[in-house]
Amino acid sequence: MKTINIIIAGVGGQGTLLTSKIIGQTALNAGYDVKVSEVHGMSQRGGSVVTYARMGDKIDSPIVEKGQADIILAFEVLEAIRWFEFLGNDGYIIVNSQRINPMPVIIGSVKYPEGIEEYVKQITPNAIFADALDIAKKCGNFKALNVVMIGIMAKRLDVDKAHWIDAINTVVPKKLLDVNIEAFNVGYSL
Amino acid sequence: MKKLLLGNEAIARGAYEAGCKVATAYPGTPSTEITENIAKYDEMYCEWSPNEKVALEVAMGASLAGSRVLCSMKHVGLNVAADPLFTIAYTGVNGGMVIAVADDPGIHSSQNEQDTRLYGLCAHVPIIEPADSGECKDYVKEAFAISEQFDTPVILRLTTRIAHSQSIVEISDKEDYIAKPYVKDINKYVMMPAMAKVRHNLLVQREIELEKFSNETGLNKIIWGDKKIGIITSGVAYQYAREALGEGASYLKLGMVHPIPIDMIKEFASQVDKLYVIEELEPFFENQLKAAGIDVVGKEIMPRTGELSASIIANVFEKSVNTEINRDDEFGTLPNRPPVMCAGCPHRGTFYILKKIGATVMGDIGCYTLGALPPMQAMDACICMGASIGMAHGFEKAIKQNGEDPNTTKVVAVLGDSTFIHSGITGLIDAVYNKGVSTILILDNSITGMTGHQDNPTTGFTIKGEPTKQVDLVKLSYAIGVERVKIVDPFEVDILEKTLCEEMSVAETSVIIIQRPCALLKYVKFEGPVQINQDKCKMCKKCLHIACPAIVNEGDKITVDVTLCVGCRLCDKMCAFDAFEKAGDQS
Repeated sequence: MKTINIIIAGVGGQGTLLTSKIIGQTALNAGYDVKVSEVHGMSQRGGSVVTYARMGDKIDSPIVEKGQADIILAFEVLEAIRWFEFLGNDGYIIVNSQRINPMPVIIGSVKYPEGIEEYVKQITPNAIFADALDIAKKCGNFKALNVVMIGIMAKRLDVDKAHWIDAINTVVPKKLLDVNIEAFNVGYSL
Repeated sequence: MKKLLLGNEAIARGAYEAGCKVATAYPGTPSTEITENIAKYDEMYCEWSPNEKVALEVAMGASLAGSRVLCSMKHVGLNVAADPLFTIAYTGVNGGMVIAVADDPGIHSSQNEQDTRLYGLCAHVPIIEPADSGECKDYVKEAFAISEQFDTPVILRLTTRIAHSQSIVEISDKEDYIAKPYVKDINKYVMMPAMAKVRHNLLVQREIELEKFSNETGLNKIIWGDKKIGIITSGVAYQYAREALGEGASYLKLGMVHPIPIDMIKEFASQVDKLYVIEELEPFFENQLKAAGIDVVGKEIMPRTGELSASIIANVFEKSVNTEINRDDEFGTLPNRPPVMCAGCPHRGTFYILKKIGATVMGDIGCYTLGALPPMQAMDACICMGASIGMAHGFEKAIKQNGEDPNTTKVVAVLGDSTFIHSGITGLIDAVYNKGVSTILILDNSITGMTGHQDNPTTGFTIKGEPTKQVDLVKLSYAIGVERVKIVDPFEVDILEKTLCEEMSVAETSVIIIQRPCALLKYVKFEGPVQINQDKCKMCKKCLHIACPAIVNEGDKITVDVTLCVGCRLCDKMCAFDAFEKAGDQS
């Protein structure tokens, strides 16, 4: 199997750690070697966060570098463009079309860039923009937006759907399971 | 059975499988999850100690009593624990002792990026370094065995990318480790000059034995590839090198990074055309190889600061790995997204007032260090755990020596509850004893926040969530000799401002305990998100002064992001027009 390199980019607090756990568990279920690299601590406090997940026959480095990503899961529009150059030429990006202003924008020292969606779609026509936050809300909990994103990606990966569902069952707390399975299925249908 | 584990989880598992009975730590990124995971095993006693020095001393007691013991900390924690470490190296151990120390190359969540391997050289303690989660688990067991075989503490060195990466681990059963009997031996364990002189010679001898072991152990292994390039490496740097060069090089992967196996390295060097060292941070292997007369290339071509990566290595060896998309400059420089105090964070009120009154703030280590960033910028210095009080005291003493009135300089120390317990108490004693006039703000948010909510001696709960005695910060301050102790809610900004101004103007040490629990604690409940009544809002932008991530300046109007807002209502106190109302009150 060709190694699959995934970047999960978002804002601290959006559930990127759980996302990488589900991806990692799925790869394990599917019998692949896998490495997932996270950052904890200070940068989690509303800062820009990135997590790397790699799966394949044999994985060495836990890091995905510039130009190597097969998939970028961006949980926020500005974070999508921040990590865009990490996308490989054959890769595609899935973006939650939510916009969260960073502090320099909130205090008015810089403007939030406009036209990111158009630009990304122009460079990579297979880019997917979805309102995962809204979908998650409709499933019963806006925090499940991460699992909506996983669903969208899972549909496009050559990994058995049952492995994803098993991973969600393993990783997600029982009381939130129904909402998350629903969120995954809606994402998978897109 | 195979499991996907974080490096830190794998270390906890390794300790369990090795029959370790006692684990101690002070939380610190990227080491915290080791002890959090140990707490899930009923077979092991574990604790959050007040600081790393105490953690290591508790570990030494447990080792003396014959148990296997694991003590965990981040790299700067070892500075705090260095005092016991250097002498435990002399005494040696009874039950095996492993000290897991997590370095943070790239400074993801630290104040520096020191290289723990150097402690091996100066404390004469062996160090082993795993390169993935599987090795994390196995190396803990190896470390216990080395500790007992050579009668020494063993450092298990980690870096962020090992501690915080998940990879596959083969789970095994628990060993039955029989605790060793304690035998009184003052020549071994009481380090007075006469005994220490003897032990120092034994220490030197032991390091020679350990180097022999290093040449023989399977921890150090050669992975043959193309012999034109030979690479000496360890830990995550090995993974990066493998990723960049694959079969195009031969590797000597060091699992034992101190003492290094000089004979094995010489043998390896003789079989490759050109020898390189690939190591993060200091030229630790490189300097030793050069001192041994081995011709090697290292930091001449490799960075000495920050993290390495496969692409850095590939570029040095002129291999191409990247297929970069050409992104034009359409977006120019993107806005940064620095970490911020969360919505509802109690520190927000404190820093709003500190900025407002123009205080000179000696800061400390914790979430509140974020008060140094724009727009608050209400912090002047931050060095290490507990330093704020001593610095405020020293600042004021110098001002007085310079002939100025220290009461008009508005110098305050700011530190959290856990940081105060860690090493602020001695600073406070110093300020009082030496007739200081400092104003000390203890930001008591009822938890150790930045590292992800660990209990501490002020919270009333142990690591396992059992109720316990709680340090009373007020009584403690009085006992130290502070006569002015106040408790204030940081969201009562007017009272906080008044209290601060009063305490800064008195010619004695005062303590203000600023009390409100972290907004992320499960029991903290607010009323729910607010919205802005646009009819009432006059766009005065005063609410933006508190730097709340939920308050959004859209240019022509100000709105609240209801997915972030928790409803702490601090913004209410900024607004002269009552524009904030509960979300949903008005459509």
